[in-house]
Amino acid sequence: MLPEFDLLQPRSLPEALEMLSAQRGGALPLAGGTNLVVDLRSGRRRPSLLVDISHLDELCAIRREGDRLVVGGGATIAQILDEPLIAEYAPSVREAARVFANPLVRNRATVGGNLVDGSPAANMPPPLLVLDAEVELSSRDGRRTMPLDDFLRGVRQTARRPDELLTAVRWAIPAPGSATAFYKVGLRKSDAIAVVAVAVLVEQDAAGVCRKARIALGSVAPRVIRAREAESALEGYPLTEERVAEAARLAAAATSPISDIRASAAYRRQVSESLVRRLLLAAREQG
Amino acid sequence: MQVKAITLKVNGRTHYVALPPNVTLLRALRDLGYTDVKSGCEKGDCGACAVLLDGQAVNSCLVLAWQAEGAEIITNSGLGTMEHPHPIQEAFADTGAAQCGYCTPGMIISAKALLDRNPHPTVDEIREAIAGNLCRCTGYGQIIEAIQRASAMMGQ
Ligand SMILES: Cc1cc2nc3c(=O)[nH]c(=O)nc-3n(C[C@H](O)[C@H](O)[C@H](O)COP(=O)(O)OP(=O)(O)OC[C@H]3O[C@@H](n4cnc5c(N)ncnc54)[C@H](O)[C@@H]3O)c2cc1C
Ligand code: FES
Ligand code: FES
Repeated sequence: MLPEFDLLQPRSLPEALEMLSAQRGGALPLAGGTNLVVDLRSGRRRPSLLVDISHLDELCAIRREGDRLVVGGGATIAQILDEPLIAEYAPSVREAARVFANPLVRNRATVGGNLVDGSPAANMPPPLLVLDAEVELSSRDGRRTMPLDDFLRGVRQTARRPDELLTAVRWAIPAPGSATAFYKVGLRKSDAIAVVAVAVLVEQDAAGVCRKARIALGSVAPRVIRAREAESALEGYPLTEERVAEAARLAAAATSPISDIRASAAYRRQVSESLVRRLLLAAREQG
Repeated sequence: MQVKAITLKVNGRTHYVALPPNVTLLRALRDLGYTDVKSGCEKGDCGACAVLLDGQAVNSCLVLAWQAEGAEIITNSGLGTMEHPHPIQEAFADTGAAQCGYCTPGMIISAKALLDRNPHPTVDEIREAIAGNLCRCTGYGQIIEAIQRASAMMGQ
């Protein structure tokens, strides 16, 4: 049995925002329920009121707006996997969706739920962080946009206000000469929580000089992090083996992993370094 | 907690039920007599509770019954009967893909969702399609074989 709560089922986004606002933070949005229903059952969360946003079609679209891609907060992971725009312009986002949970969960789990849940092991933040993605937060009183990097705060903490919904994630399609890569290490092939997950982006000019570098790591700190010192060590230089190795060392140094049942902190740090090196070299060849 | 009268469309039949919001689709279906939908973990880990919700395979333990109002719900028993089994059900029986049988209805739902989209899957695609369904008996070999056999039968 689930504990008692009330459930509101708005028919439109404005109605949902009105309800959240009227509750002054006393209500939690419910999307796919793949985190929330589990948390209700375990008692980790005890909201008295839920607002069901799973039927709001206006939250689900994935589209191109000029040079940007826009993914609605209610888009499911299965939708990401099926969407040709994502396959063409954001292969690392697609890869993170491909290794996400299992098909049953992917059909319900949403991108918005994944980001708002704020887990340091979540699949979608690393590839979105390297794309400099922004999140759109809407409330009855209006909209604000902020970098995903500012939105993620700590373990299960984000910058979302209780009356807000994450309505979209947006990013600019990377410039020509850019390449991205993503890899998640789990304890088995499918349906595994990340032990370490890494995403990278590199943009190289015609001479092979790195113009832009982004490195993000999951499951190695209280939130998914960017390794800024490692990025700076690459920008302005050709991506030689030595430089890439140095960046990988700096990225591993930026982590603050814990030891848990899945892996030790030392293992996570070591795998972070090898993964960053390997993905940077792979991206260098694609660019 | 308010109680609401909702419509659940299961295997082509329409049920009107009065339910509070904290009832999962899994519980609502079992209470309606669809006991082919199994309760394993009730936290999304095992897939025993899988049903098709508007054609998509989902864990019914993570969906609230109110969220499924009006949707087309198909359970394993809606795919075929003892007299007229679905080819996937027949293949599971013929291959010995069920031992205790607890995971079987959910496995068959995941197999159905796979073959609907991809009638001739590779072994790797089959493995991925049942990644959310745990079986503690068979070791998966016969299950994969059953899905291959069903694919061949349905392709004829
Ligand atoms: C078996 C299993 C395996 C899993 N494997 C993975 C995995 O491999 N990788 C991974 O990253 N995650 C995994 N998860 C976790 C989960 O599936 C994801 O985090 C999922 O994306 C959550 O989305 P949801 O729509 O189900 O969110 P919900 O559970 O509905 O909500 C999660 C939280 O976000 C809030 N919320 C939801 N949508 C919005 C919105 N639009 N605006 C504001 N707040 C919102 C809710 O109030 C709640 O606090 C797994 C879960 C299960 C059960
Ligand atoms: S009972 Fe639903 S996944 Fe286990
Ligand atoms: S046959 Fe017993 S769990 Fe699969």
